[in-house]
Amino acid sequence: MSVLIVDHRLCNIDSVARAVEKCGGDPVVSAAPQAVGKAERLILPGVGNFAEAMAVLHKTGWVSAIKDTAASGAVPLLGICLGMQLLASRGEEGGGTEGLDLIPGEVLKLAPSDAAPRVPHIGWNEVVQRRADPVFDGVDDRKDFYFVHSYHFVPSDPATVLSTTPYGQDLVSAVRKGNTFGVQFHPEKSMKAGAQLLRNFLALQPC
Amino acid sequence: MLKIRIIPVLLYKNHSLVKGVGFRSWRRIGTAVPAIKVYESRQVDELIFLDIAATPEERMVDHIEIDQLADECSMPLTVGGGVRTTGDFHRLLRAGADKVSVNTGAIANPGLIDEASRLYGSQCVVASIDFMRRADGCIEVYGGGGARAAGKNPVAWAREAADRGAGEILLTSIDRDGTMTGYDTGLIRRVAESVSVPVIAAGGAGNYEHMRQALSDGKADALAAASIFHFTEQTPVEAKRYLAARGFNIRI
Repeated sequence: MSVLIVDHRLCNIDSVARAVEKCGGDPVVSAAPQAVGKAERLILPGVGNFAEAMAVLHKTGWVSAIKDTAASGAVPLLGICLGMQLLASRGEEGGGTEGLDLIPGEVLKLAPSDAAPRVPHIGWNEVVQRRADPVFDGVDDRKDFYFVHSYHFVPSDPATVLSTTPYGQDLVSAVRKGNTFGVQFHPEKSMKAGAQLLRNFLALQPC
Repeated sequence: MLKIRIIPVLLYKNHSLVKGVGFRSWRRIGTAVPAIKVYESRQVDELIFLDIAATPEERMVDHIEIDQLADECSMPLTVGGGVRTTGDFHRLLRAGADKVSVNTGAIANPGLIDEASRLYGSQCVVASIDFMRRADGCIEVYGGGGARAAGKNPVAWAREAADRGAGEILLTSIDRDGTMTGYDTGLIRRVAESVSVPVIAAGGAGNYEHMRQALSDGKADALAAASIFHFTEQTPVEAKRYLAARGFNIRI
């Protein structure tokens, strides 16, 4: 299965490509959206800055390519970490930037609190499944996944929330709207549980 | 709950893994790929890989070599050694590092932290701070792999690094390094209480009880260790069981 990984040149793409390969997919890393035609899955990875990443996606033509793909409904899309946040309507990083607006909501900075004094949120934390979904097939509820982020996605429609993660508050750690998925954690760095989630994503029947 | 991390540290010099005492007396302890494979099979929380020869040789850790190592590594990987520019960050992130550690390069140019965190996000910028307790009782930051006093206080420097955008502090006691006599919990605590980013304690772990002390007395968020795993029978998995049995949140 051809899995197109969007390369916006801001992050570590290799580990995503390697994980896809180990899970039985054929990763194609591309900085140009022309490659989207043959893809059966689209992955938007990313670490870094929301505004920088959106600027790159606009400049390279990825914004319309990703939106068209999502609108077609035939090719499931997975945003990872910053890639999940870019699915939102808007991010507050860098003074406020429009996102891809595929899953309504905002991306806000995590604020340190007594219960979660450290920001960034770095390390292994539980993913509490809020509703059954094929991407969690074979993944235990409350399984630890690896997180590394300073911002979090606050969806405006609770129905899009697939999982939350306890860190001072219930952070939204996975979202879905139709065939568009986002995960705040890094499945490619979450060893067995992460690989299971990726395999599930590859095995999905587009709805 | 977020889990406490136990992080093995791999120090690299002249194509070999090494471990010393007090940043000297380096002993070769093997090669990188087999060590990474062992930690991979044991599903450790994270790994730190530092090329300690890079800064003295005025070069950056070889990103092509990192690319090969990252292929073996499905756990999160922090890489450091001779990082001086945002271009260095870029090359290492592209090669497969999840986080980049900067030490001497940030002492020389603190603005590197601001720029790297703006471009790549705070979460991938690790400020590595090596400190020594001098005979006169002062505690000072050292750059160049412990070779040069930086004229900075580690608590103030950690705070500055975090304010500039570092997402994590890797705090290493040069005096305790390789001695296996316990972490410098006093200074770890002072730094942990001065910053709101995670603090990784390093230098001095000789047994699991030392690790517990660095968490309960030092308030560290993560524990880095090398000698204990290279030179004793103690393992990351057993360390985690020991700490879990004492009430810490651990990923088993």
